Amino acid sequence: MLPDTLLRTGRIWNVEQSFLLGHLIPFRVTTAIEIRSLSRVFSGRKETLALDDINLTVEEGELFGLLGPNGAGKTTLIKILSTLLLPSNGTAHVLGHDVYSDANSIRKRINMVSGGEISGYGLLTIRENLWMFTQFYGVPRVVAKKRIDNLLDIFGLQDKADAKLRTVSTGQRQKMNIIRGFATDPELIFLDEPTLGLDVSTSIDIRNYLREWISECSSRTMMLTTHYMKEAEELCDRVAIIDRGRIVAIDTPAGLKRRVGRGSSFLIEATPFNPESIQSIPGVRAFVARPSEDHMHLRMILDDESVIADIISEIVSSGAQVTSLNKNEPTLEDAFMHLVGRGLV
Amino acid sequence: MNDWALNFKAGIARAHARAIGAMREPSWVVFDVILPLLGVAAYIYYYRALGADPIFEGFVILGGAMTAFWLNVLWGMAAQLYWEREVGNFQLFMITPMSRMALLAGMALGGLFTSSIRALSTLILGILIFQIKISVAEPLALATIFILTMLAVYGIGMMLSSLFLMYGRDAWNISNLLQEPVYLVSGFYFPIRELGLTISAVASLIPVTLGLDAMRQLLFGPASQGILPVWVEAIILAFQAAIFMILAKFSLDRMEQRSRREGRLTLRWQ
Ligand SMILES: Nc1ncnc2c1ncn2[C@@H]1O[C@H](COP(=O)(O)OP(=O)(O)OP(=O)(O)O)[C@@H](O)[C@H]1O
Ligand SMILES: [Mg+2]
Repeated sequence: MLPDTLLRTGRIWNVEQSFLLGHLIPFRVTTAIEIRSLSRVFSGRKETLALDDINLTVEEGELFGLLGPNGAGKTTLIKILSTLLLPSNGTAHVLGHDVYSDANSIRKRINMVSGGEISGYGLLTIRENLWMFTQFYGVPRVVAKKRIDNLLDIFGLQDKADAKLRTVSTGQRQKMNIIRGFATDPELIFLDEPTLGLDVSTSIDIRNYLREWISECSSRTMMLTTHYMKEAEELCDRVAIIDRGRIVAIDTPAGLKRRVGRGSSFLIEATPFNPESIQSIPGVRAFVARPSEDHMHLRMILDDESVIADIISEIVSSGAQVTSLNKNEPTLEDAFMHLVGRGLV
Repeated sequence: MNDWALNFKAGIARAHARAIGAMREPSWVVFDVILPLLGVAAYIYYYRALGADPIFEGFVILGGAMTAFWLNVLWGMAAQLYWEREVGNFQLFMITPMSRMALLAGMALGGLFTSSIRALSTLILGILIFQIKISVAEPLALATIFILTMLAVYGIGMMLSSLFLMYGRDAWNISNLLQEPVYLVSGFYFPIRELGLTISAVASLIPVTLGLDAMRQLLFGPASQGILPVWVEAIILAFQAAIFMILAKFSLDRMEQRSRREGRLTLRWQ
C-alpha cells in the first residue's frame, strides 16, 4: 500500500534512509519524469510514428537534454510532457502526475518555452505581457513584479521592458519568452531549442542563466532540446539521443563520447571533391562533409583505423588532394554520428 | 493558491490585457462611436419624416446601443480563440493551470469593456442629440435585465469561440447567419410583436431579442408592446445564460481533448 502511494505521488523516498537519518540529511531520490513504453502516432494523409516505444526516467535536479535530427520527435515528446498532446500508447508521469488523467496538477508546477515561438500581444509592453502570463498561474502581485524585474535585469531587457512587443526585435522577443517560462518559478521547465536563432553572446548569457537556475535549488529540473552539440555538451547532466522516434542512447556527455571508442574519429581536410562516394566504403560508420570555399572538411567515424587508407585513396582517385589528416578526441558530435549513423547537419 | 482565486486572477488579467490593448489603439473609437451613431441618426430621421410615434426614436437608440454587444460577440468573441491560435498564444494558454472558462470569461469581460464604451456613447450622444425622453422607473429591474442579457449574449460568444476553433473558417458562416437577421428579428429597430408570434418565438432564442424587449418595456412603458411579461423574460434569459455557458464549457473541453489527441487544434504546424 505504502510504496504504491508513494510511487503514484512521484515522491519515491528512500524510506529506510530518510527514517534513519531523519531531518539531518534530507536524502531522497525523486523522479521528475517517468516515461514507459510511450508512443505517439500522428494520423493524417500519411501516418507518422513520431515516438516509438520511449522509456526514460529523469531525476529531480537533472538538466536533461534531448538531441536529435529534424523530425526525430523531440518537440512531440516535450508537448506530451507539457500536457499539450496525449500519448497514443504507454504512460508518462510528470512530477508524479499522469499526463493523461491529471494534466492540471502538472500545469501548476511546470512551464514550457519553445525557441521559435511567437506569443503575447503586440500592443502590450514586454512587462505587461509577462505580467499577464504570471497571473495565469496565480502568482501573487508583489512576487510577480519582483520576479519579472529581476529577470528583465538578468536578461538585459530592462530598457525594452516598457516597449510594445510589436516594436522589439526577434531576439528580444525570444528573451521575453524565456523570462515568461521562469517567471512562474516552475519546478520543472521544458525548453525546446531555447537559443534558436540567437546570436552567440546572447546564447552564452542564456546558457549561463540556465546553469545558474538549476544549481540554485536542488529540486529544480530542466529538460531541453537543442541542435547545438556544444550546448548539450556544456549544459546537460545527461543526454538522450533520439532518432526517428526512438531513443538510441541515454548517457552523460562523457559517457556518450566514450562509446565512440578511441582512434575512430577522424578529421580530413582536402581540396574540393564530391564526398558521396565515401559513404559506400566499408567501415565508414558515419561522416559529415562541410564544404568551405576552397576546402572540404570531412568528419568521420570509422569502425576501424585501417579504413582510413581506403578513404584517402578514394579521395585521391577522385582527383582531389588531402591537405591534412587528424585523429580526434571524440566529441559529442562524434558520439552522435557513431550512434545515429549520420551527422546532425 | 486555491483554484477559484487563481481563475479569478487569470480572468481579470486576460480582460485587462484586452482593455489596455484597446485603449492603446484608439482608432477603433472613430468606427465604434461615430458609425453606429450615423446609423441611428438615419433611422431617427426616417421615423421623423414618416411622422411616427416618438417612442420609436427611443427604440432606435436602445437598439443601436445594444447592437454593439451583439456585434462584439459575433465578430470579436467568436473568432478570438481561433485568432489566438494563429498568433501562437493559444498553446501557451493551454499549458497554464487556469480553467478554460476563466480564459473565456476574461475574453468576454474584455470585449464587454470595449463594447460598453461603444454602447454608452451611442446611448448618451443619441439621447442628447435627438432629445429622447426616457424615464427609468425601475433601475434595479433594468440593471438585472441588462446583466442577464449580457450573461446570455456573452455565453453565446463563449460557445461560439470554441466552436470556431473546432470548425475553423467554416464557422464564419455562423456569424454571418446570425448577424443580419438579428437586426431585423431582434427588433433592434422596432418591436418584435409586429412580426407575428411564430417569428417572435424563434427570434427569442437569440437572447438580445428578449433582453431588448424587456428593456424597452422598462424604459418606455406599455406603449412598447412587449412579447412577454418582464419577469418571464428575465427567467428565460437566466436559463439561456446558463445553457450557453454550459455548452461553451462542454465544447471547449471537447475541443481540448480532441486537440490533445489529434495534435491539430491547439498546435500550429511547426
Ligand atoms: N501535429 C502534427 N501532425 C502530424 N505530424 C506531426 C505533427 N507534429 C509533428 N509531426 C511529425 O512527427 C515527427 C516528429 O516531429 P517533431 O516536431 O517532434 O520533431 P523534432 O525532433 O522536434 O524536429 P525538429 O528538430 O525539426 O524540431 C515529424 O515527422 C513530424 O512531421
Ligand atoms: Mg522540434
